[in-house]
Amino acid sequence: MISRFLLQNMDKRGYAFLAIVAAIGILVPLLNLAVPAGSPLHVPTSTMSLWGKYLCYALLAISLDLVWGYCGILSLGHGAFFALGGYAMGMYLMRQIGSRGTYGNPILPDFMVFLNWQELPWYWYGFSSFPFAMLMVLLAPGLLAFIFGWFAFRSRVTGVYLSIITQALTYALLLAFFRNDMGFGGNNGLTDFKDILGFNVQAQATRAALFSMTCVMLIAGFLIARGIVVSKLGKVVIAIRDAESRTRFLGYRVDRFKLFVFTVSACMAGVAGALYVPQVGIINPSEFAPANSIETVIWVAVGGRGTLVGAALGAVVVNYAKTVFTSGFMAPYWLFALGALFVFVTIFMPKGILGTAQQLWEKRRKPAPTATPEPAPAE
Amino acid sequence: MRIVSCLLRMIALATLLALQPGVASAQGADEAFTRLGADSFSDTNRAIELLIVNAHPQAAAIIEALAAGRLLAGAGAVVIKTTDGKILDARTGSALAAEPAGLAPVRLNNGVRRTIQGALGGLGLLNPDPAKRISAAEAVFKSRDVALLPVLEGAIAKETDAKAKAALRQAQAAILVAKSDAPPFDRIAAIDVLRERGDQDALATLRSLPADSSPALKEAQGRAVSAIEGKLALWRAGQNLWYGLSLGSVLLLAAIGLAITFGVMGVINMAHGEMVMLGAYTTFIVQEVIRTRFPGLFDYSLLIAVPLAFMVAGLVGIAIERGVIRFLYGRPLETLLATWGISLILQQAVRTAFGPTNREVGAPNFMSGAVEIGQLAITWNRLWIIVFAGLVFAALLAILKLTPIGLQMRAVTQNRRMASAMGIRTGRVDALTFGLGSGVAGLAGVALSQIDNVSPNLGQSYIIDSFMVVVFGGVGNLWGTLISAMTLGVANKLLEPYAGAVLGKIALLVFIILFIQKRPRGLFALKGRAVEA
Repeated sequence: MISRFLLQNMDKRGYAFLAIVAAIGILVPLLNLAVPAGSPLHVPTSTMSLWGKYLCYALLAISLDLVWGYCGILSLGHGAFFALGGYAMGMYLMRQIGSRGTYGNPILPDFMVFLNWQELPWYWYGFSSFPFAMLMVLLAPGLLAFIFGWFAFRSRVTGVYLSIITQALTYALLLAFFRNDMGFGGNNGLTDFKDILGFNVQAQATRAALFSMTCVMLIAGFLIARGIVVSKLGKVVIAIRDAESRTRFLGYRVDRFKLFVFTVSACMAGVAGALYVPQVGIINPSEFAPANSIETVIWVAVGGRGTLVGAALGAVVVNYAKTVFTSGFMAPYWLFALGALFVFVTIFMPKGILGTAQQLWEKRRKPAPTATPEPAPAE
Repeated sequence: MRIVSCLLRMIALATLLALQPGVASAQGADEAFTRLGADSFSDTNRAIELLIVNAHPQAAAIIEALAAGRLLAGAGAVVIKTTDGKILDARTGSALAAEPAGLAPVRLNNGVRRTIQGALGGLGLLNPDPAKRISAAEAVFKSRDVALLPVLEGAIAKETDAKAKAALRQAQAAILVAKSDAPPFDRIAAIDVLRERGDQDALATLRSLPADSSPALKEAQGRAVSAIEGKLALWRAGQNLWYGLSLGSVLLLAAIGLAITFGVMGVINMAHGEMVMLGAYTTFIVQEVIRTRFPGLFDYSLLIAVPLAFMVAGLVGIAIERGVIRFLYGRPLETLLATWGISLILQQAVRTAFGPTNREVGAPNFMSGAVEIGQLAITWNRLWIIVFAGLVFAALLAILKLTPIGLQMRAVTQNRRMASAMGIRTGRVDALTFGLGSGVAGLAGVALSQIDNVSPNLGQSYIIDSFMVVVFGGVGNLWGTLISAMTLGVANKLLEPYAGAVLGKIALLVFIILFIQKRPRGLFALKGRAVEA
């Protein structure tokens, strides 16, 4: 029954996406571990980690597409949920260091010893347990999104206003996490991780496992998001995107639908953050920077808003381009390229890569469709 | 009590007489010279005091020589060795043919050095220049040297300058308060003098009252301390208020252009901060040109930069509107993304052209320095920025309310299609409105170049704050922007002493997030149909 929920109305594009991610998730770790380093088929560990990072971003992009593409909520604060998930994972990894830190304190992380803290703050309790930390990866962003959304959607803060206060939210968190007194490592964040579930995070095999896990989570995130948008609930959510007041007048509790989608999306972003941290090896407050969240929005816009697959594609394409650009002689021009991408996509490709490709494809199949005027928006 | 004060007056009179040059007690001076030759620190100390109290005509020269280690003394003779090697008789100042035998420099220790410091202060008290007397009195106020009390009293009686007299009295009071053998009545009067003075130093002096003082004295001191503390707290609040208004005017300058583009046109211009940055860099270029070509014009550099910055930012704004935003009307979220892209491009362009480091923008003469009003320190640049913000606000209001283009802008805001039907070229009005908003941002850049680092990131640091101001104030209402900028500025600065800078800012952000829940359209919301557009 669950599989029916997840796979109903799956289109070719969806199957293709699932197949590709699954193939990458199996093949890349295999090619990394089983093929010897000299072989042309070998995938270096660094490449694998880099692509693991891209796939985490893809999951973040899918979570944002769920709220923006299907519910019309442009969140400029999704980086906050991503970072909160990352911090939850980071706290678990910090506790796993135990007495192997520079100061050798079995309980306190190094930065607390450095700041002369005597005991663990209460909110660090429980993070030595993996299941608890994983629960927090979901709960911390989820709860924040729930409370924030509860207030915002109930008082009908919409459109631009909502975007600006989500930005204020992530900015406030950025300032808060920069403070040493908060107990999250201040400026430097959390780093120097050693073990995850008893395996060395630096080890090749652990990295391969993390990569596979990222693929699994990306598939799960995609299926859940898809399950939501094709369900009856999803139809209402899309109706809210297109004509919020009309949906409300039809008797739907608009705020509750929005709250549900927003919270699910935040949890998904948290999972992406949690997978990102062990692969990158650090989490610091700059992840909360408003610019990061806006960049996430552009991934979705580039790939194609309201397509899920497109969001993931956009995240990978933009980040791959960023890596290529910023590592070569073109480095000073990356911001020009990124800025131009923002302008170009919004003006010339409002539907993104996937939407534009689809349009071209349809045009070729049945040329010059009889002009059916698009219905004017209801409001 | 009357008798005591009568007695005091007589003592003062006696000291005054004693201070008249020529009437100096020959005996006291003789004793001083004997003690200088005794080669003991306590004798040297006493000798210095005697020289001062007796106002020996050579006192200044002797003490200065002593401080520099050039005072030689021995049996029966004290001489000053000048820096160019001459030998002078310390008593008369007349030159001696040869250095008397058996003399050695008078030795110093820290105790003697302290006495010398105090004595030089005491000498300053008798300086003919009132300004020097005041600074000497201030020095005595801080050192509280009991030995100088007679000198002070003499100087007070002689003083004609009102300001110098007050300063001398305060110095006397500072000594009396701590002097446990002074008459209680005088000490209470001294506490009153300190209370009048009412600053941090007076507070410190009052707090130094010996613990074994009489209850009446302690009570007077307690009352004076709390009175001063109350007054100081008031001044501090005033200072914070001033800082708040200053921050508010900066926020107003940064946000008011946004209030036009966002409020009037409904365009979210994320590149607004970069317009501010362009204004600041225009100021930098103007100053560079003036420095190299016309150094005499430096004081007018900001005046020249103001119209140029307006034009540069305004033209860039019009270019952005015609080139990009025009295609995105009615899609505010897409506008946000496109203008964010533009902001990245502008930042990188400036970084490429001027380098990533901070650029130096100087302050013209009329904007440097500060003025003190009571305990308030008011810097000229902040004051001018407040004035400038007020002028920009008034000019903008006048343009919107009094000029034809302002009328057209408002018409397009209220009903675009109707305005178009009435023959207003809406496209042109859009471009001009956007240009106006951007130009005002450029003006903000001129002002901010005076108080902030001129770097490619200048705009980034203001964009979020500006949005908060506009959203809090309510869209489409310039007065709302004014009130919200001032409220946020003052609230921020009043919170800072209690919560710290970062927590205060976080608290304000959270407050605005909550406030938007309560009034989703800001403090002063537009009413009517335009709201849902």
